[in-house]
Amino acid sequence: MAQTIPADVPVHDEAHHEESFWSHYVFSTDHKMIAMQYMFTGIFMGLIGGFFAYAFRMQLAFPGVEVPLFGVVSPNEYNALITNHGAIMIFWVAMPVLIAALGNYLIPLMIGADDMVFPRLNRLSYQIFLVSAIVLLASFFVPGGGFAGAWTFYPPLSSTAEYSLTPLGSSLFVVAIALEFAAFLMGGINFIVTAMNSRAPGMKLYDIPMVVWMIVVASVLFMLSVGPLIAGAVMLLFDQNLGTAFFNPERGGDPILWQHLFWFFGHPEVYVVLLPALGVVAEIITVFARKKLFAYRTVLYTVFGTGVLSFTVWAHHQFVAGIDPRMAHVFTVTTLLISVPLAEAMFVYIATLYGGSISLTTPMLWALGFIATFLIGGVTGIFLGASGEDIYLHDTYFVLAHFHYTFFPIAIIGFYAAITFWFPKMFGRMMDERLGKIHFWGTIIPFNFIFIPLFVLGLAGQHRRIYDFTNYPDLAAYQPIRVFATISLLVMFSFQLVFFYNFFKSMFRGPKAPKNPWQANTLEWTTESPPPHGNWKELPTVHRGPYEYSVEGRESDYWPQNEPA
Amino acid sequence: MTIRGAGRLEVAAEARTPQIVPSSVLGMLVFVVTEVMFFAGLISAFAIIKSGTPLWPPPDQPRLPIEATALNSLLLLASAVALILARRSFQTDRDKVRTRLLAAVLLGGLFVFFQGIEWVALLREGLTLTSSTMGSFFYLIVGLHALHAVVALYLLVRAYRRLRRGWLASSQLGSAEVFWYFVVGVWPILYVTVYL
Ligand SMILES: [Cu+2]
Repeated sequence: MAQTIPADVPVHDEAHHEESFWSHYVFSTDHKMIAMQYMFTGIFMGLIGGFFAYAFRMQLAFPGVEVPLFGVVSPNEYNALITNHGAIMIFWVAMPVLIAALGNYLIPLMIGADDMVFPRLNRLSYQIFLVSAIVLLASFFVPGGGFAGAWTFYPPLSSTAEYSLTPLGSSLFVVAIALEFAAFLMGGINFIVTAMNSRAPGMKLYDIPMVVWMIVVASVLFMLSVGPLIAGAVMLLFDQNLGTAFFNPERGGDPILWQHLFWFFGHPEVYVVLLPALGVVAEIITVFARKKLFAYRTVLYTVFGTGVLSFTVWAHHQFVAGIDPRMAHVFTVTTLLISVPLAEAMFVYIATLYGGSISLTTPMLWALGFIATFLIGGVTGIFLGASGEDIYLHDTYFVLAHFHYTFFPIAIIGFYAAITFWFPKMFGRMMDERLGKIHFWGTIIPFNFIFIPLFVLGLAGQHRRIYDFTNYPDLAAYQPIRVFATISLLVMFSFQLVFFYNFFKSMFRGPKAPKNPWQANTLEWTTESPPPHGNWKELPTVHRGPYEYSVEGRESDYWPQNEPA
Repeated sequence: MTIRGAGRLEVAAEARTPQIVPSSVLGMLVFVVTEVMFFAGLISAFAIIKSGTPLWPPPDQPRLPIEATALNSLLLLASAVALILARRSFQTDRDKVRTRLLAAVLLGGLFVFFQGIEWVALLREGLTLTSSTMGSFFYLIVGLHALHAVVALYLLVRAYRRLRRGWLASSQLGSAEVFWYFVVGVWPILYVTVYL
């Protein structure tokens, strides 16, 4: 529930003058600390989600093998692993890291505010999120194990325990997701209101840095799309536990109804996580190309257009599930249409790079890596959006590879771009560039080696949800490709150790970072690294837009937003 | 560390950017948008199931009390009117605000109470959560609305208590108002979809 905090309640808690460990790290209302809480929880969940991927990829490449650190993967465990890998990576990694952590950290700092508008709501948001993560983790240990009916939790697999074999796991899964949504609802309210009402004097709407706009639009999309899914989740919980039959056709319900409620949220959700990553890339490429963002307003309108369109495409997930072919045509058109604004955004980014003086720092490499890989994700989406073609490709590894070519750039590359760029601000120290580049190449090359083979397998007709392909004579011959993808995954995972070594070493031992190591314009670079409580001694005023790089007639090639003319 | 009350921040923010809508009201408005979509999801789910069922309402199920509920709805609308009047005198006459706010709470409370009585009667007649999809949707949608009404009434009661102590800010009443108008405004739509 949105609790509004009275304007005239006396500031209590006078007894806690000393910052204890608890009030500083655990029950903090400071937006930067909450961002860190979200980020580290997200990273922790990401390790679990990655470990799950390791376990089931090992099973696919070497069926029946005793997987090191896991053991033999049973069929039902396999289902639980893929289900929770998907759910964790989207709801407990991409969302908390890209929206919650970046939004909390960047919005106040980039608009020149001392904190969020509702700090206590913000703290509550993280606490509920943490509970949701604990509920999900607990679901792996209940009788029957974690939910094993795929991350989209379609009924009847999710509603009927006899089918999923996870009587308790499925309910806990739905509860965890519902709690997680409640947490992000509170976060979203905070982001939108803060960006609208707490901007530094002089910061007009078109002076807001792109990443802030993107996070705000993403929050709006989230708020608009999540309602129907919460309604569906309530109905599903009723079906699971109270004996209703909303999704049970035998008693008058409709299982396809769930798919509509889920994907009405599910497709905008793609843009909810994509937009912050796009914003991060915009910030990075302007700084490291020393150029103004090409067509700021056009990008903004494009994003608004994408947001509106994203509500009209959801039924492309039901082309095979049973939908009137005439409706399928409509959704084919809207789906292909939505690639237009995003293609345009890509062109705008390339135009921003054009003629710039580019320095290939680690964050810049990640930003360019994002553009390159996301393009492949976008282009392969066109195949799936066409309803005729989708009938062949539906539920194959082609879908899976397409999906990972969109979500990997968003969640993983986007995160690495953001963390390498804002690390000096967050922790007051510089990261190691050489290790950063090793990590970049060690991630991006194996990533393509994992998923390009999966496109091939998908085109060969390999279905997504099969435990052991060696039982299928026409698919068994492709086993070497599966082994190749799994080995690439192992290589990619081992290179992540380079990142964690660099991350923690730099956090404690890296060279001290100055206020503005990248010579960037936006406001967060005008305060100390890391920023003190309250962010600035004196809150800044804004005089110009965020992308005034290489302005003619000026000695320095950047022009901070707060510098008087 | 002193936990900084949002109060201080709101004041600080007020001085910095001209706010078209005060933060607490804007926050509630954003929340209400989500709520609208939530009920839109419920209503469309209901409409899909209803249109897919050949005989609606199911012949063996009791009929819903259309007239009695229409009368009860008038109480809810009256409560919204009382709240509008309370807002009108907010700047001028605090005593009037008090009585009108109290009237809004009581009228809203009566609405919820009569809804409860209606439920008991329907349960006796054999319409339960699991008796049919009609029963499931009826208790789901109307029940969730009642839940929202109770929360909104709590916000109004809180505003009333603050008013009596003499420190109710306009924006606080504003956010409670937004939520109550939502609860009242969504009801006619639910009534038309579910009852008629
Ligand atoms: Cu989609």
